[in-house]
Amino acid sequence: MAEVEQGCELFSAGHRACGGCGPALAARLLLKATGKNVIIAASTGCMEVFSTPYPETAWGVPWIHSLFENVAAVASGIEASLKRQGRSEKVVCIAGDGATFDIGVLCISGAFERGHDITYICYDNEAYMNTGIQRSGATPYGASTTTSPAGKCSSGNLLPKKDMPGILAAHGAPYVATASIAYPNDFVQKVERAINTPGPCYIQVHTPCCTGWGFESGETLAMAKLAIDTGLWVNYEMVDGKVVKAKKVRRKPVEEYLAKQKRFRHLFKPARRDDVIANIQAVADANAERFGIDIKAKESSE
Amino acid sequence: MALRVGCAAPPGRALDNKTGAWRVFKPVFDPETCSRCGMCAMVCPEGCVHETEEGTFEPDLDYCKGCGICEEVCPKKSIRMEKEEK
Amino acid sequence: MLEFMEGSHAVAEIVKRCRPQVIAAYPITPQTHIVEDLAQMVANCELDAEYITVESEFSALSACLGASAAGSRVYSATTSQGLALMFEVCFNVAGMRQPIVMTIANRSLGAPLSIWNDQQDSISLRDSGWLQFYAEDNQEAVDLHMIAYKVCEDHDILLPAFVCFDGFILSHTYEPVALPSQEEVDAYLPAFTPYQRLDAEKPLSFGMYATPEYYTEFRYETDQALYRAKESFIKAGREFGEQFGRDYSTLVEGYRLEDADTALVAMGSICGTVKDAIDEMRDAGKKVGLLKIRTYRPFPAPEIADALKGVSTVAVLDKNISLGGGGAVGTEVKAALYGSGAAVYDYIIALGGRDVRKRDIAAVVDLAEKGKGDMFYGLRTEVL
Repeated sequence: MAEVEQGCELFSAGHRACGGCGPALAARLLLKATGKNVIIAASTGCMEVFSTPYPETAWGVPWIHSLFENVAAVASGIEASLKRQGRSEKVVCIAGDGATFDIGVLCISGAFERGHDITYICYDNEAYMNTGIQRSGATPYGASTTTSPAGKCSSGNLLPKKDMPGILAAHGAPYVATASIAYPNDFVQKVERAINTPGPCYIQVHTPCCTGWGFESGETLAMAKLAIDTGLWVNYEMVDGKVVKAKKVRRKPVEEYLAKQKRFRHLFKPARRDDVIANIQAVADANAERFGIDIKAKESSE
Repeated sequence: MALRVGCAAPPGRALDNKTGAWRVFKPVFDPETCSRCGMCAMVCPEGCVHETEEGTFEPDLDYCKGCGICEEVCPKKSIRMEKEEK
Repeated sequence: MLEFMEGSHAVAEIVKRCRPQVIAAYPITPQTHIVEDLAQMVANCELDAEYITVESEFSALSACLGASAAGSRVYSATTSQGLALMFEVCFNVAGMRQPIVMTIANRSLGAPLSIWNDQQDSISLRDSGWLQFYAEDNQEAVDLHMIAYKVCEDHDILLPAFVCFDGFILSHTYEPVALPSQEEVDAYLPAFTPYQRLDAEKPLSFGMYATPEYYTEFRYETDQALYRAKESFIKAGREFGEQFGRDYSTLVEGYRLEDADTALVAMGSICGTVKDAIDEMRDAGKKVGLLKIRTYRPFPAPEIADALKGVSTVAVLDKNISLGGGGAVGTEVKAALYGSGAAVYDYIIALGGRDVRKRDIAAVVDLAEKGKGDMFYGLRTEVL
């Protein structure tokens, strides 16, 4: 724990997140990494709503929310303004997966292509949680959401999760990383690296949502860890478009992860859907292949 | 209190909202078995687990929502969740 | 000294002298000449500003919002579809009380697609909380930019403003313009001092959400700021007159209204044509005058009622249509004159670049005096 300073809470208690909220933890860790010399631009979403009902802000650093889809453009303007004034604050966006993968892509693409010195953090809880668990471009294959519900004729969301890190790396981002609240220090270190890397950097942090995914509030980190242990989430870093590091694991079958969440319950009840489970296993296998995360014999965890 | 122009506000007021009232289960910390690793404080989504002078940890029950993450992550199993008496 | 120049160039020149620190804009006809000129000024180090080449108007205004909140004077320009794309951000900027000045080179809105002038774009944003000033000619367009920054940045106001001038009719037209020098502009418009800003030394949360206990009061306060902007505009307009000899200390301006039986009401460049038509009608013995509205937001209802006292017939020229509800300006002028006894008629005119000539103005006056109005003027019935 030595890496992270305890005590000074820039993201304060009293916020209205559900108990066991993954994004709330991500917000806390984010500010531990940035410290005070930062300006946060937030998109509309769960985190914005649970942390800033007027006048009860939970943010101890300068923070701005404009709209759902424009956070990267707002940050572009902030960065340009600070540059003009010769100021030193780092500019960090924090936005959910809906704001990032779907409605905000135009603004993000523009900001990354222009090369603003900003860090964009997507807290990925894999659906529109603020509006009631609707499918987003980050929703994994096979998950039931309120707009991609499982039913007699459907096994939930049948579209793959969009590769946002790849898309932003293709924009020429010097540093792109995925992280997970299951590994807080790793996330903090990645944020520190991103804010100290000139140019637009992207971090996508996996933040399980107990309410939206359907698991007990105490299991938030356990669920995040299972996602990594099954290969359904990979923690990796890309520098100048190349994967330079990925967390290796002794992979468990995806079923262990799926069976613990209500959003995948239809894969087990009323009848097992081995076909869909096999497809999800194939996603994990492809991840393992692409990032080389499998720990082989005689190889220790990196 | 006059409204601040543009729906802006200075930090601090979130603390007015004592989320401890939401709690159904409360974490009980056992300093005897605590290894002082600080994981409970690190992962609390409320940031309401604090280090004591002895180097062990305790929750601020004004804000603790009783989610149980600290219990789940404690490597020494020194935190247990008890039904809240109200 | 008068210089002969294109309207867009004149606007770019005065914007440069207002010293914006951040400019974010996206090209759209007929606004392009302004932002091209500003980009060249930055490229030539004549203007010390960050110029953000955004990927859309939506991002243009969003970037302006961020830059303004961080403490810079900012500028943008757009029109038509671009302004429509900014709709959501416009409401946001006003609610967040950011003093952004944006030029609107007024143009129609599709469908059907039309690049030509009317005022549908800015008028469709009438409820957004932006101040809206309309220029009759390029001199007024230049002057209104300086006044706009002064009013917007007044700590008692803190609102954004559209400076509207008619696309092509003004933006692409060469006219003689007196351009205040940099020293004169600096003397009139002090450096930007933000009321509050994003600053690590003094953290604030901007753009929080309001529960039902607060939302109404925030809307009320923004509405009150718009009304206060009347006094601020009058003061800034008077100071402008004292320094430059061109007075803008009124929200509306009468032309030969003193003994008029019939008054036309209009905004923007059409006022020039109306004035010429009025001169001819006056020569022919008709008692006609014009009331030009300079500030559409805040809407000068009592000022209009006062200026039109004693007028029996009023013809409002609306270069817009609130489809299914009549012309926007006419509707509000009728409300302003409620109980005055004047007969008020509305004419939808000059949409999508349709030319208006002096004889059209005379024809409108004839229609109004015959009690015919609340109609599209000049419909080509042969193609219907």
